[in-house]
Amino acid sequence: MNIIVCIKQVPDTAEIKINPETNTLMREGVPSIINPFDLHALEAAVRIKEDLGARVTALTMGPPQAESSLREAISMGADDAVLLSDRAFAGSDTWATSYALAGAIRKLGADIVFCGKQAIDGDTAQVGPETAEFLDIPHVSYVRNIEWIRDNTIRVQRLMDEGYDVVESPLPVLLTVVKELNQPRMPSLKGKMAAKKAQIRMMGKADIEADEDSLGLKGSPTKVKSIFAPETKAGRMMIEGGPEEQVDILIKELRKIKCL
Amino acid sequence: MDYFLDEEQLMIRDLARQIADEKIVPVRAELDEKEEFPWDIMKALAQSDFFGLYIPEEYGGLGKGGFELSIAIEELSRACLGVSTSYAANALGTYPILLFGSEEQKKKYLPDIASGRRLVAFALTEANAGSDAAGVQTTARLEGEEYVLNGTKQWITNGGEAEIYTVIAITDRAKGARGASAFIVEKGTPGFTFGKKENKMGIRASSTRELIFEDCRIPKENLIGRQGMGFIVAMKTLDKSRTGVGAQGVGVAQGAFEAAVNFAKERRQFGAPVISFQAVQHMLADMATQIEAARALVYSVARYIDSGARDVSKESAMAKLFATDVAMKVTVDAVQVMGGSGYMREYPVEKMMRDAKILQIYEGTNQIQRNIIGQSLIKETAKKRQGG
Amino acid sequence: MSIIVRQDKCTGCETCVDSCPFDAIEMRDGRAFINEYCNACTTCLPVCPEGAIIETEPAASDSARKFADYKDVLVFAEQREGRVAPVSLELLGAGRRLADELGSQLLAVLLGADESEAGELVKWGADRVYLCSDPVFGKFNDDTYAGALLRIIEEQKPSIVLAGATPVGRSFIPRVAARLRTGLTADCTSLEIDGETGNLVQIRPAFGGNIMASILCPDYRPQMATVRPRVMKRGQYDAGRTGEIIHTDFKDLNSRTKVVETVKEVSEVSVNLHEADIIVSGGRGAGGEKGFKILRELAEALGGAVGASRAAVDEGWIPYSHQVGQTGKTVNPKIYFACGISGAVQHLVGMQSSDIIIAVNKNPDAPIFNVATYGIVGDMFEIVPMLTAKIKELKGQQ
Repeated sequence: MNIIVCIKQVPDTAEIKINPETNTLMREGVPSIINPFDLHALEAAVRIKEDLGARVTALTMGPPQAESSLREAISMGADDAVLLSDRAFAGSDTWATSYALAGAIRKLGADIVFCGKQAIDGDTAQVGPETAEFLDIPHVSYVRNIEWIRDNTIRVQRLMDEGYDVVESPLPVLLTVVKELNQPRMPSLKGKMAAKKAQIRMMGKADIEADEDSLGLKGSPTKVKSIFAPETKAGRMMIEGGPEEQVDILIKELRKIKCL
Repeated sequence: MDYFLDEEQLMIRDLARQIADEKIVPVRAELDEKEEFPWDIMKALAQSDFFGLYIPEEYGGLGKGGFELSIAIEELSRACLGVSTSYAANALGTYPILLFGSEEQKKKYLPDIASGRRLVAFALTEANAGSDAAGVQTTARLEGEEYVLNGTKQWITNGGEAEIYTVIAITDRAKGARGASAFIVEKGTPGFTFGKKENKMGIRASSTRELIFEDCRIPKENLIGRQGMGFIVAMKTLDKSRTGVGAQGVGVAQGAFEAAVNFAKERRQFGAPVISFQAVQHMLADMATQIEAARALVYSVARYIDSGARDVSKESAMAKLFATDVAMKVTVDAVQVMGGSGYMREYPVEKMMRDAKILQIYEGTNQIQRNIIGQSLIKETAKKRQGG
Repeated sequence: MSIIVRQDKCTGCETCVDSCPFDAIEMRDGRAFINEYCNACTTCLPVCPEGAIIETEPAASDSARKFADYKDVLVFAEQREGRVAPVSLELLGAGRRLADELGSQLLAVLLGADESEAGELVKWGADRVYLCSDPVFGKFNDDTYAGALLRIIEEQKPSIVLAGATPVGRSFIPRVAARLRTGLTADCTSLEIDGETGNLVQIRPAFGGNIMASILCPDYRPQMATVRPRVMKRGQYDAGRTGEIIHTDFKDLNSRTKVVETVKEVSEVSVNLHEADIIVSGGRGAGGEKGFKILRELAEALGGAVGASRAAVDEGWIPYSHQVGQTGKTVNPKIYFACGISGAVQHLVGMQSSDIIIAVNKNPDAPIFNVATYGIVGDMFEIVPMLTAKIKELKGQQ
């Protein structure tokens, strides 16, 4: 069985701050990490490998420096790694990203494709399902448990608003996973040593036989028009004074508007 | 200070630190409180290959030496000595097989040990045999193809949790020190049971238990080395493991020191952070210097042992003695720097201070270490005189 | 449209480099250079002190003409066990507003419910409802849902398609967008029509919810967006409103996936958060489980629920089910207490529609004060217990 795990290198968004004067992002010194949801996807793949036998390939689309996240994936149990990188991919939105990823997955071949439910920088949760559509394979989103895999069929639990659905799908399938699925392992020393030596396979636009007009910024239907900080709410009141005074004023205000 | 670790050594240190920070620090207080064996952490260490660190590659390990093991132990100890004791005791139990085991024994046991599937414990101490190893009363009697073990081992680290035990027992009392032998006993062998679990001052996450042998029959091939080599096995094992205890001392001292520095930067008195006061600075300066000296000694001795040096009793005793005395002093001072806060369970240093005490006691008290060093000095001067 | 640096004006001051959210500005030979990662978002334009960064060929505004065929606004109306889900009514509210602005019709698609429910959609503002009551839609499968919606979109050619950012919408809508070769914007918090071009301006948090972005889909139709539950306001319910209900049939649709069982598991916390009139939330400033203990005491005194920011959940101080924000729950209680919460956009989008927001934070510059009705600069460990005590005292008197 061949399993592909799509991972994304993202800035640790918890570390991003906004410059209050210019309203711009301060990204200096923000570390790059593997998108946390993708670690659960990788863990799911490695557990299938341990239970049933499989070859696990980590795939990422990104700039050349995303290679480090692929090596990290190998240290956590991936067998191979593929870096899909080309200047032509720059500026891709979810549509163009999925288009390119699907091209790479088609070339590599997979029985199961795992993705994290969403990336913490974009939070769109769209790339998994869109990729499945481009591949013309079924997908199940928000997988919280994998019950079994047999006879070319997989049975999973899909997290819903008020509980979960038990869903069966034929293979090949794409699954997006939530954190409840598992606890990702730490890297292993042998994995780290292998990762250091591993050959990362490079793929560019020529390798995925892509339509040039569907790539990157040009191929992206959505455009970012502007970036801005949220509006300030009018009519706010800062309560001054010592702690006790502040509490008393607040209570008085709340009583005035009949909220207490 | 830069100890010029190579790339793989840095990898070992960084990963051990990551496991310590992410898996151990969040649960250490609870493990201490509940006196709970850290199985989840042992599993994480196993999955990350740490149990195979010092085991040759042909048996599924990474083929590294005592130096790399010391680096790993130091990092784990920085977070929790109870956890690092459970980990280090595994190496202690494995050394008899590694140093003196037959090829068959190595093939049978080392792969499971390297993968962390089975934990190991070393059993020497008894009620009447601590520092005086000659007081061992557990016996092993050869009956046909089997040895029959009788007696009780006490205060055995990883007791009950481990599945493989390397046990020192008397095979011929008449021969004195040369009448002891080392054996492998597996958990589940009829006649082998566990006694009470001890309630300890510190390292409470580690398991300390009695092993009880009542006509416990083990196959003859479970003898490690030859009959009568038991004390040599034990002494060489302890020579090997002492730097690990030293590394525990460096680690716990480092952990306590860091907590004290962070606190001293935050805590304000008389309008300034307490770290700005010379009285505090001098304490921290002494702590930092002692830790660095201990680390330099432990690292040097570990590297010296790995180089294949033959007689390392004196050096390994020095590393254990010095680093663990530093650990006690630094953890006590860390509590002092933090004052009332340091004394409270809310902060980790009171636990570190309770934990550190065992380092001066187990695997040979620091008084015994001084004896070892003293005896080596006598031997050395005698040699010089003969040579001169 | 593209962004360029006028080399004659650039002084190499590097001010623009950090302003770029896409890392698209680099220094080459002492001058700023815009590389291929540029999204033409124009954030850098006002930043340059020399005015050296300019926009070439401003966006052509002929999309309205180009897409003359694409007119209406279509809402995918989700149902739960045959009943229209609340989020569908919110989408109809937003959709009605957009359709009125565009002078077009509001269409709704309802799968797996009966005619009376379709009638409800009309009363909530839909002009035409495409209804399929086939029980095959009783269970959610991406293939059938995507196939059905796709067919209606291809026939009706709406200009705008809206769906709820629910587990259902977020799962199958991307498949529809991929097939249609059009843009899809996730989790929008606001939708407006650009007066000049007639394009849909979709606003959503970006970069981990640290800042807002407005997003367009100028060259493709339909313009598709998902909207989080509880973000948009419902429209007017008009019991006398009439509209067309069109029964449709998708007998030939097959699903590769099969739902074999549906299990209900409702977390009490999530129900509490959504229904609570008062929510007391804590963030990184709560410092640990102890901080949440005092917040819980305040919540209990007020009969409210306890919420948390992502930072507090990530620290493991409180379970994820309490998380409010973009990656947690969206809430709109009468009173929202934000204690020790700095107020990252990621959190704000989940609670800023609350009627009254009370912020307690040590840092006077914390962005939470920008949205707070009442702001208190102070230590929550002092303020909150005192507030709890005084409220208890008040209630005791009554």
